[in-house]
Amino acid sequence: MRMFLTGNHAAAYGAKLSRPQVIAAYPITPQSPIYEKISEWDGQGALGARMMRVESEHSAMAASISASLTGARTFTATASQGIALMHELLHFASGMRVPIVMVNVNRSLAAPWSFWSEQTDSLSQRDTGWLKFYVADNQETLDTVIQAFKISETVFLPTMVVLEAFYISHFMEPVEVPDQKLVDDFLPPFEPAFRLDTDNPAAFSQTVTQSQYAQFRIQRHQAMEDALEVAGEVDMEYQKAFGRGYGLLESYRLEDAETVLVTAGTIGCTARVAIDELREEGKKVGMLRIRLFRPFPKEQLITSLRHAKKIAVIERNLSPGQEGIFCEELKSALYSRVNGIPVCGFVLGLGGTNVSPLHIKKVFAITEQMNEAPLKPILNIEDEDAFGI
Amino acid sequence: MLSEYEYRDNLYPGHMACAGCGEVLGLKLVLQAVGEKAMAVVLPSCLGIILGPFPYTTFKIPVFHAAFETAASSAAGISNALLAQGDEETQVVALAGDGGTADIGFQALSGAADRDENIIYCCFDNEAYMNTGIQSSSSTPQLAWTTTTPLGKSLKKKNMVEIMGAHKIPYAASACSCFPDDLRRKISEAKKLKGTKYIHILSPCPTGWRFPARLTPNVGRLAVETKYYPLYEIRNGQEYTITHHPKNLPVENYLLAQGRFKHLTKKDLEGIQKEVDARWGELTRRANKK
Repeated sequence: MRMFLTGNHAAAYGAKLSRPQVIAAYPITPQSPIYEKISEWDGQGALGARMMRVESEHSAMAASISASLTGARTFTATASQGIALMHELLHFASGMRVPIVMVNVNRSLAAPWSFWSEQTDSLSQRDTGWLKFYVADNQETLDTVIQAFKISETVFLPTMVVLEAFYISHFMEPVEVPDQKLVDDFLPPFEPAFRLDTDNPAAFSQTVTQSQYAQFRIQRHQAMEDALEVAGEVDMEYQKAFGRGYGLLESYRLEDAETVLVTAGTIGCTARVAIDELREEGKKVGMLRIRLFRPFPKEQLITSLRHAKKIAVIERNLSPGQEGIFCEELKSALYSRVNGIPVCGFVLGLGGTNVSPLHIKKVFAITEQMNEAPLKPILNIEDEDAFGI
Repeated sequence: MLSEYEYRDNLYPGHMACAGCGEVLGLKLVLQAVGEKAMAVVLPSCLGIILGPFPYTTFKIPVFHAAFETAASSAAGISNALLAQGDEETQVVALAGDGGTADIGFQALSGAADRDENIIYCCFDNEAYMNTGIQSSSSTPQLAWTTTTPLGKSLKKKNMVEIMGAHKIPYAASACSCFPDDLRRKISEAKKLKGTKYIHILSPCPTGWRFPARLTPNVGRLAVETKYYPLYEIRNGQEYTITHHPKNLPVENYLLAQGRFKHLTKKDLEGIQKEVDARWGELTRRANKK
């Protein structure tokens, strides 16, 4: 059914269609409409899951971990301060190998207080052992939530589906909401082999020795590496069943592109417009949008960018004292195989500030005349003279 | 079928508790009374040590060694997952220490009690962070020595039973591992009720309280018989019942049996006695109200 939905409601529909059994949530702007929509269904008796209206995000994640460990399919959603509060338990969840699916609505972190889009909240959780999808629109949000359950329950790792505050969360778009039957055929019930079970008692998360700990860590990493292939397969399977697939990376007019923009999230949508206009002017530009960030599809990334002459990265996040986190990751991936492509890191859109097609065109212009990659991130592109464009 | 005073052990021998541990005694009693159709959450604490290292376990029931501040939230997650799968029979017990309950896990516990999650929460109170080496908690009694209160704790002990009673949960009770039948009966009571049940179990700790390991039962009994730690239960936040009538021994019999109180002056002891008498007066007033 085609519906007119906000990104948050698209996420809620994706979760409901996946038939979760336990949902633990706590309100936070801009995630709350997900929690409210799910509560509305719960009030109508239409949810089919146990709702836990917990007293914090920390308890939401704690309850999600143990519920999943008890064999229940588990969903939660959070944002910003909420995901920061969960941090300890995000490591715990992946260590327990519980396939929780969580939506994180990217929002700037205090201080100072701000409620707008920024990716630093989720990227600060980079090393927690969660799969991370960065989506670009409402349809992709719904589809990725459903895909996430299937991937997570195959590799036994939790997945975070990340959408930007307001640009997706509160923006309405037409969304194709699939039939329950189709989703049921795609996503069978959750039946973990290991769980808390009185017929087969076992102790979970025991204290281990140094070498045992190392083994568990390596297993978690291997599961993450396996997840790369699984995520690709699940996306292809989804495409067959639902007619929509996304790939792990989105390539846009990349074939003969000389200057390539690498980005994630909604800037990718805006970039398509800017690229179309630049192409009409005869510029050889294209885009690679990172959809799956963990595990990082390095091989695909290198293959896609091998023939680029220059790369620009635009992102809504910043590691103070270093640069944008996607840029850093991209350089690290390229360094091992491809040398000499200048990568210019632009940190734009912090705190939810607008990145327009005009900004993106300017980024392409600046990058094209750059012969050497700057060591520092470019934080401001307003002064055109400074860049000689 | 086991009779009222026969219990099957759900704790394997060979655990790593200190000699004379009052907590493992309480744990054994709780697991006996809770039975085999149960799941447990254990925290990093002495309980985590008693549970044992991978790949061993001393628990006969399924157990999850959860994050420190999540006993209540983790137990609630299990309880909801069981209900979501149609299991209304399995009991879920949260087993935590006093630090994990009264300090770092307090918010999660209050939240779970507010939502009346269907769990039995047992706080094994040995009155300090014993597992990390006897550091003071909010459950450490006033004037007690710990490694972080070398001159004696200046602040008073947090009263968790009253706080949980104030949440109007169906059942909140104090118990002591040295009163086995009373403790097991309270677990059995808790099993009969739906919602959040809270049982606070005083667990004498020879290591942290500084007394010889063989005296654990005596010290625990003195805590109760001096009225220093009364045994009672609160139903629905208002019906108080005293479950053991103490012998009214002088409180110094309890305090001076322990090295952690050996620095107390006569004046200190008199002050504590006065406070204990006042607390007892208030408790009996509440218990006689019905």
